[in-house]
Amino acid sequence: MSEELLYWLAGDLRWSDFPPKADMIATIAALIVVAGAIGVVATLTIARRWRWLFDNWLSSLDHKKIGIMYMVLAFVMLLRAVIEAVLMRIQQALSVNAQGVVSADHFAQLFSTHGTIMIFFVAMPFISGLINYVMPLQIGARDLTFPFMNAVGLWLSAAGAAILMASLVIGEFSTGGWSGYPPFTELAYSPGEGVDYWIWAVTLSSIGTTLTGINFATTIYKERCEGMHLFRMPLFCWTSLCTAILMIFAMPPLTVATALLALDRYAGFHFFTNGAGGNMMNYANLFWLFGHPEVYILILPAFGVWSEVISTFSGKRLYGYASMVFAVMCIAVLSFTVWLHHFFTMGQSTNVNAVFGIATMLIGIPTGVKVYDWLLTMYRGRIRLTAPMLFAMTFLLCFVIGGLTGIILANPPVDFQVHNSLFLVAHFHNMLIPGTLFGMIAGYMFWFPKAFGFRLDERWGRIAWACWSGGFLAAFMPLYWLGLMGMMRRTAISFEAAYQPWLNAAWAGAALIVCGIVALGIQLVVSVRRRSDLAVPVGDPWDGHSLEWWTPAPPPEYNFARRPRIEDTEAFTNAKRDGRAYHAPPSYEDIEVPRNTLIPAGIGAAGFVCAFALSWHIWWAALLGLAAMWAGVVLRSLQGDTERVIPAAEVQRQNEAWLDCARQTAPVTRFAEVERINRGRAMETT
Amino acid sequence: MSAGKNLHPGINLGHSDPAGHHQAEPVMFGFWIFLMSDLVLFALLLATYSAMSVHGVAGGPEPRDVTDLASAGIETALLLLSSFTIGMASLANKYHDDGRRLLQWLGLTAVLGIGFLAMEARDFASLIAEGAVPQRSGFLSAHFTLLGCHALHVAAGLLWMAVLVLQLMATGLERALRLRFMRLALFWHMLDIVWVAILTFVFLYGAAG
Amino acid sequence: MNDEDLPQSEREDPRREFRHILMGLASASVLTALAFFLAVAKPLATGWLLAALGGLALVQIAAQFRFFLHVDLKKSHRDDLQLVLFAGLVIALMVGGSIWILFNQHARMG
Repeated sequence: MSEELLYWLAGDLRWSDFPPKADMIATIAALIVVAGAIGVVATLTIARRWRWLFDNWLSSLDHKKIGIMYMVLAFVMLLRAVIEAVLMRIQQALSVNAQGVVSADHFAQLFSTHGTIMIFFVAMPFISGLINYVMPLQIGARDLTFPFMNAVGLWLSAAGAAILMASLVIGEFSTGGWSGYPPFTELAYSPGEGVDYWIWAVTLSSIGTTLTGINFATTIYKERCEGMHLFRMPLFCWTSLCTAILMIFAMPPLTVATALLALDRYAGFHFFTNGAGGNMMNYANLFWLFGHPEVYILILPAFGVWSEVISTFSGKRLYGYASMVFAVMCIAVLSFTVWLHHFFTMGQSTNVNAVFGIATMLIGIPTGVKVYDWLLTMYRGRIRLTAPMLFAMTFLLCFVIGGLTGIILANPPVDFQVHNSLFLVAHFHNMLIPGTLFGMIAGYMFWFPKAFGFRLDERWGRIAWACWSGGFLAAFMPLYWLGLMGMMRRTAISFEAAYQPWLNAAWAGAALIVCGIVALGIQLVVSVRRRSDLAVPVGDPWDGHSLEWWTPAPPPEYNFARRPRIEDTEAFTNAKRDGRAYHAPPSYEDIEVPRNTLIPAGIGAAGFVCAFALSWHIWWAALLGLAAMWAGVVLRSLQGDTERVIPAAEVQRQNEAWLDCARQTAPVTRFAEVERINRGRAMETT
Repeated sequence: MSAGKNLHPGINLGHSDPAGHHQAEPVMFGFWIFLMSDLVLFALLLATYSAMSVHGVAGGPEPRDVTDLASAGIETALLLLSSFTIGMASLANKYHDDGRRLLQWLGLTAVLGIGFLAMEARDFASLIAEGAVPQRSGFLSAHFTLLGCHALHVAAGLLWMAVLVLQLMATGLERALRLRFMRLALFWHMLDIVWVAILTFVFLYGAAG
Repeated sequence: MNDEDLPQSEREDPRREFRHILMGLASASVLTALAFFLAVAKPLATGWLLAALGGLALVQIAAQFRFFLHVDLKKSHRDDLQLVLFAGLVIALMVGGSIWILFNQHARMG
């Protein structure tokens, strides 16, 4: 076959891009991905679950199922990103005056994929998943405003994640870090497919996230139940709203940055090149215009989770609700004013640095307000140290440390000293692990019984907490010290013997974190096995305050037999106190729910094809993928009959079965909530 | 952030279709949010342009060398008139049951939109013929990208219009379709607003600066 | 919400809307013509000229939001007004900040 025809057909893709790879570890990783994929397909085939998978999950537009699928995606990607983290820790610990286990190039791929995955394909899906599941229930809605668009958002994110997985098998990933700074990522210095993989994976995620943000904001603005004024929303909804607003306004800069970089690489433009009038510093500017609001996108939903968890397990109303809300709003607005602190050292004048440094420190104020509010919520509360609450304790301690190091870094003169050192790495992991990741794990444990109808095993939850907390401290506190000693981030090989003990400690910490993940896995398996013991069909295992607990566990697809009308933030608490929580509504009505459709999954698949083909310059397939994505959208607009009616009689039957179950269930006190007798009905305290 | 029920802005369906009016609220609000997100995208392209038009010339053509005010004037007139015609189309969509009047105004809008795109294509072709290609300098990269992104939006709007018109012919002016025409009108008006910024900061600044 | 709940001034009316669209067209035409005149005749020094052109653009954008997109101070449009204003704030921060940073960096490299 002629070279030209081959290029026309397969772009730059050749057999040599497939495994085995030059690097042993890379080959093993590729084999794990392939074996994993084969394993999933085989299991589904043997268990004859394909139809079930398509009918119940892949085609679903139900916000609860989409939320769960987001979480599954996040957990799968978390597994890979943590393995990469451990590999990096091993490399650094074994490469003090030595070669270590991976090549410098492979190491660069590891930190690039680790960062990209953790931000875009672990944290973001976690957040979208949790908000998807919880927020509509909390505001008494039947679904998000745009269920179809919600599914499209999910499948575009999944397509981006799939690009990351494909890059492990076919070709190589970018070595330019998660932020992809040019000129290194320009064609002249990164000629391969790696940066293109990164660009298109991130772009898919970014488009999906924008759609999701629009959906969340519209839902919170327009679908709240009667009486749910904005200032009666649970705090998690407030943080969801602010996150959504950040998603809407912070994703365009990322899209611009990656699109312009793509134009440089594909069409020879000069946005960020060295010569011909390009300005690489504008890339840093654009990227962090996205990147800084992004870190608040990651942290705000966790703030919401902590507010719910701490208030619930303290048995108290959230302290300082209004101050919490204003603090979140302040943080959301301020997050658009601080992006320059990511590049203090780029050469602008002192005045510019000073303004952004001060703005950065200002964010400490509303954040501090929140910490005090959480502490005061616990003060004189009747605290139960369940697993989510334990995570909250670690969060409060570590987050304050991380916040303080953030204030230190906000000083431009200090930043000049520790810029790009492991001090910085320690700082942002200190915010993102106890903040976001622990928040998501706590949220998962907290709302799991609602989603699946049974609690998670408490003992393994505590073991997971101990491993994660200890592992985090051991892995990241040494990095502060290493940073101050002068060790730079992204270093594959170092030549300073004094680093060794600290690197060893960090390695041990990473191993402990792996134990934490294993414990989470065991917890899930144990809980599924014991699910009849742990069942909480009534749906209120923790004596919850807000509307999501006022539904069966798991809730019906329409969420509420009758949409509630509320008069207070803690409407459910009031109903329990007044003894009217499980009264039947006066009447029932037909409910419309969206019909299942496979179009969103199809759009995601087309997006994957388009992104993959673009990365390898297979133009015909890229065009085909793009056309198929838009064809999916047009096809949807032609579908007339998109709703399915659940008749009132069926709603009544299901709801009365739940009410009967509730009435027959013995209420338990809060302190017996982890015991077997907890079937999901809380004691009606006065 | 009032908590009461709010109408979506502007083009309401209140008269001819109260139920559709209620249904329109969240749909239109969601689309407004999308438009704002899109506006941020254009704003950043414009910010990039404004820096590169000064710093990124690299010895090549400067803004004043690539500014054709006569052409920009015609393009502005076409787009402004199309904003008017799509406004009239919205009125027809809102207050008239038969789709014919709507189709007439949309047809006029499409002609103006295509004229606009043709003018831009002519501008681009003449620049390329002079050797002022986007690969020449950072400034020209930004110039072509900003205008190209806007033109792509206009083209997408036209394509969208075509799909909706086909649906209109197939099904008549049903509720879902009315809402889609309303969103198309919002999109089109927004592109005209973006053009005001482009006209000023690209063409008029290019001529005046 | 029914139209009856709204004050008389906020009711829908085809003639009023038609007037709005006409006013939009007229104001935009006048403002554009004025801007072109400034750019061609250059009656002001360059700095003032650019400022005047920028000001005219802002006025025209506001007018088009008002007349074509019907974003105004009416109670029924409050959500959207807030949204547009917040977007305006974000855009001002991003564009203003970017230009400040990039021009500052450039000046120091000169």
